[in-house]
Amino acid sequence: MAAAMRINPTRMELTRVKRKLVTAKRGHKLLKDKRDEMVRQFILLVRENHRLRTEVESALSGALRNFAMARSVTEPEMMEEALLYPARSVSVQMGIRSILSVRVPTLKTGEDNVQAMISYGLVETSAQLDGAIANLAELLPKLIRLAEVEKTCDLLADEIEKTRRRVNALEYVMIPQFIETIRFITMKLDENERGSLTRLMKVKAMIEQRAENG
Amino acid sequence: MADVRMGAVGERDAVLCFKAIGMQTISTETAEETTRALFTLVKQGVRVIFITENAAKAAAEALERYQTDPQVAIIPIPGSAGVSGYAMSRIKANVEKAIGADILFGNNDR
Repeated sequence: MAAAMRINPTRMELTRVKRKLVTAKRGHKLLKDKRDEMVRQFILLVRENHRLRTEVESALSGALRNFAMARSVTEPEMMEEALLYPARSVSVQMGIRSILSVRVPTLKTGEDNVQAMISYGLVETSAQLDGAIANLAELLPKLIRLAEVEKTCDLLADEIEKTRRRVNALEYVMIPQFIETIRFITMKLDENERGSLTRLMKVKAMIEQRAENG
Repeated sequence: MADVRMGAVGERDAVLCFKAIGMQTISTETAEETTRALFTLVKQGVRVIFITENAAKAAAEALERYQTDPQVAIIPIPGSAGVSGYAMSRIKANVEKAIGADILFGNNDR
């Protein structure tokens, strides 16, 4: 049983604590709903995250293997030279959206990102290199989606944990404490009332006794 | 919506490939180099950074620092050594953190 708060057992405090209990109960219900909805969204996202990561990991391993092959058949200096200055710079549109007041990023890729642009002459480099770069460029939209989903999952998981703690703190600590305090104040006030009533009855009896005797 | 650049950090073999498609890359070998590279890229306005799993494992503290920042996404990817499972374990850790137990993928990979 939760311990009652250390406050004066007065009517004013009773009203105050009752009001706090109503707020805490409302907050608890809202936070519980928020947690449930966040978990629902999280499960959808984390499933997508898992699927995307499996796809990206296998595709990327393939692309990197091709790249390693290309490196093994090309002169290291030639390779450095070929890739020293890329033909374009890749960029994404980043925005912020809110999932139940959790700020998460949105990433949007441009159409032109998908096509690989080769920045080197074809004489000194191998075909595997072209293939590896083309594969990677094709994979880019998936990589960007993975980045978006994984970051969202990270942020949501953090927020769900925080919300769960808040819900539990309200449910198992604050609300029982308020209820216990209200019980304590009510009992104390009743006790006082009974005390004064008994006193009055006693005084009345004494007065009556004195009147009879006198 | 703002235009942001993308980058890659990690072993030389892996990041060279990303350089070819136009990302800003820094090749690193030690954890300190990786940490410094991440800070440098973020300072230069690179907001989506792919990091190889080995480098991410070594510089876990730097990753943690940006974990709660919605503006910076640092995503582990397999490096030239192949898939080590580090990134997948992070997803599972997230599920455990959010739901309390790994009820989604627990049986698939065991």
